[in-house]
Amino acid sequence: MSAMQTKTPPAQPRGVARTLAAVQRKGYMQALPTVAALVIFLGMLVYGEIAYGRIVQFNTLSNLLVNNAHLVILAVGLTFVILTGGIDLSVGAVIAFSSVVGVLLVNAGWNPWLVVAAMVAIGSAFGLVSGVLVQYFGVQPFIATLAMMFLGRGLASILSTQPERLADDSGFRSLGTTWKIVDGPKVNDLVISPGVVAAVVVVLVGLFLLHRTRFGRTVYAIGGSEQSASLMGLPVPRTKVWVYVISGTLAGVAAVVYTARLGIAQNITGIGWELDAIAAVVIGGTLLTGGAGFVLGSVVGALVLGLMTVLITRDGGIPPETTTIITGGILFVFVLLQRTVVRQRR
Amino acid sequence: MSSPTTSARARASTVLRAPYFWGIVAIVLLLAINTIRDPGYLAISVHPSTGNLAGNLIDILRASAPILMIAVGMALVVATRGIDLSVGSVMVVAGAVSMEFMSAQQSNSAGTALVALLLALGISAGLGAVNGVLVSVVGLQPFISTLVMMLAGRGIAKVITGGQNTTASNDSFRWIANGYVLGIPVVFVIAVLIVVAVALLVRRSALGLMIESIGMDPQAARLAGINRRALLLTAYITSGLLAGIAGVFATATVMTVDVSQTGYQLELDAILAVVVGGTSLAGGKFSIAGAAVGAFLIATLDKTVVFLGISSSATPAFKAAVIVIVCLLQSERVRAQIPKLRIVPRRAPKEVASA
Repeated sequence: MSAMQTKTPPAQPRGVARTLAAVQRKGYMQALPTVAALVIFLGMLVYGEIAYGRIVQFNTLSNLLVNNAHLVILAVGLTFVILTGGIDLSVGAVIAFSSVVGVLLVNAGWNPWLVVAAMVAIGSAFGLVSGVLVQYFGVQPFIATLAMMFLGRGLASILSTQPERLADDSGFRSLGTTWKIVDGPKVNDLVISPGVVAAVVVVLVGLFLLHRTRFGRTVYAIGGSEQSASLMGLPVPRTKVWVYVISGTLAGVAAVVYTARLGIAQNITGIGWELDAIAAVVIGGTLLTGGAGFVLGSVVGALVLGLMTVLITRDGGIPPETTTIITGGILFVFVLLQRTVVRQRR
Repeated sequence: MSSPTTSARARASTVLRAPYFWGIVAIVLLLAINTIRDPGYLAISVHPSTGNLAGNLIDILRASAPILMIAVGMALVVATRGIDLSVGSVMVVAGAVSMEFMSAQQSNSAGTALVALLLALGISAGLGAVNGVLVSVVGLQPFISTLVMMLAGRGIAKVITGGQNTTASNDSFRWIANGYVLGIPVVFVIAVLIVVAVALLVRRSALGLMIESIGMDPQAARLAGINRRALLLTAYITSGLLAGIAGVFATATVMTVDVSQTGYQLELDAILAVVVGGTSLAGGKFSIAGAAVGAFLIATLDKTVVFLGISSSATPAFKAAVIVIVCLLQSERVRAQIPKLRIVPRRAPKEVASA
């Protein structure tokens, strides 16, 4: 709760309730789940450093970014869809299909850059189909993207059910290299990868689009009330198709980042990632009903999930089987938090 | 459904109006494809020594049993304008509990099997109740509460079995999935009995109507004095319980619970079955018969894909085609293009008690 006090300039030493009231008066209540996510993330960092050590250091933190770049990218894409009150279940399967196609094409001798473009285009195409089904054929987002999920997974399995390896000398691998920014003592280096750069670019573009453009305001308006948005003359149909195209395209980008890092693609890649991404978005404070949320919140949400895995691995005493239980628990707490916030605002 | 005055045209429209009409068409089509490939596909023979029926159709019926269970539960939940994403996870928890218990008991008695069965059903009803409480009392969205349960459920199953795929042996338990009654697979007989029981329960009492009323207009239902909480709880507990039975079916077949594969993504099959059956995910109406048709379609589709020599991991692509075609046939825009289909109202009239 201390982090919130920084948001309310007049000193409020009279307890949490008063702080909450002040925050609410100033209309910051909406940001509470996001702030809570940030607090949890910092708390996990501090706890991890105290309990296990070697957490707050270049090596661990840069690995956290490198290993979760694809999740951050997915979460940004899903933020757009969820803000309109929709959902995209297809991202994990789109990644599988796009990755398998990409590796097969590279190994068939295609130009790596052309392959990257093709992989991203596959994502856009899936998103476009979802969007058209949702907007022009009245199919519910849940069902339309479920169909795309089945389609992506099935097509990937038709192409190959074996792990497809990138050739070691392939130019595509250059996207998976890591750059050493700071050469620390021993293995404590600050490294970033092209994937991290891609994630940062995606986040910045997402921030700009959602918070600084007419398109972004339309996205929020649709989530608030689609009917009102229509009556105000906003381009609702076009925007709704676009959010699915964005989500699909970013799934394609995530496929490039992930495939380049691992050098392997398989038809079972990305199973359950749509749920991780949805969890990241929700933990980051975006309302599943749409209309409220932040891109940066989703980034924090993705990092919370990534850090949780790191801590569980470090602890060693927590059985890895419980990871999903803990994810579920965190998700549950945050949804309850959102629920209280929404109640307070009424 | 037919009256003496109905003309052929009106009768045709009645058939077309059945929400699950296209599901039946699809099943017939798939069976026709199989028969073209192998003219003896539909043949049902009697096993000379055991007297049991054998054949591809019997295999399909056996495979449809777990899907039938979860689809019927899903139909009830969807009718309340909800969704239950946790059925696959509940299945694996039920399977894990029963396998773990029997493997610890090392007993081949029917009593052990019964206790294992009751444990599985108890815990699955409990998980369903948690979903129900989260939705009705805490007021969370069904999508998110059951998503949490879906994530946590698979974790719980892994904790129960210690991350292992537990195997057990118990002839009585095994009989549930692999035995025969009067030549018909037990598992199918049980599934049909349960589906008929649920259908009678909800359609011969006001229960179904009240469940639909919450889905149609929660506000109006409240004003009409309908106990929303109790009904939501009932729907989610039923869904959990039926998922538990499906989990027992799925694990008893092989007497192993595979913590990462048992019931995996079966919630999607259940949702697909419900949608094919003509139930709108917007809530407010449901059709048990439709859900059953949907379940049969999925089982037929699964078997057909394998029969045609396509890798079973490619099945989702065919399911996607089915979903898209069904959704397009239901969409206003496509219906306006096909004049003959316009006789089908968007919300088909409610069917009376049917199984």
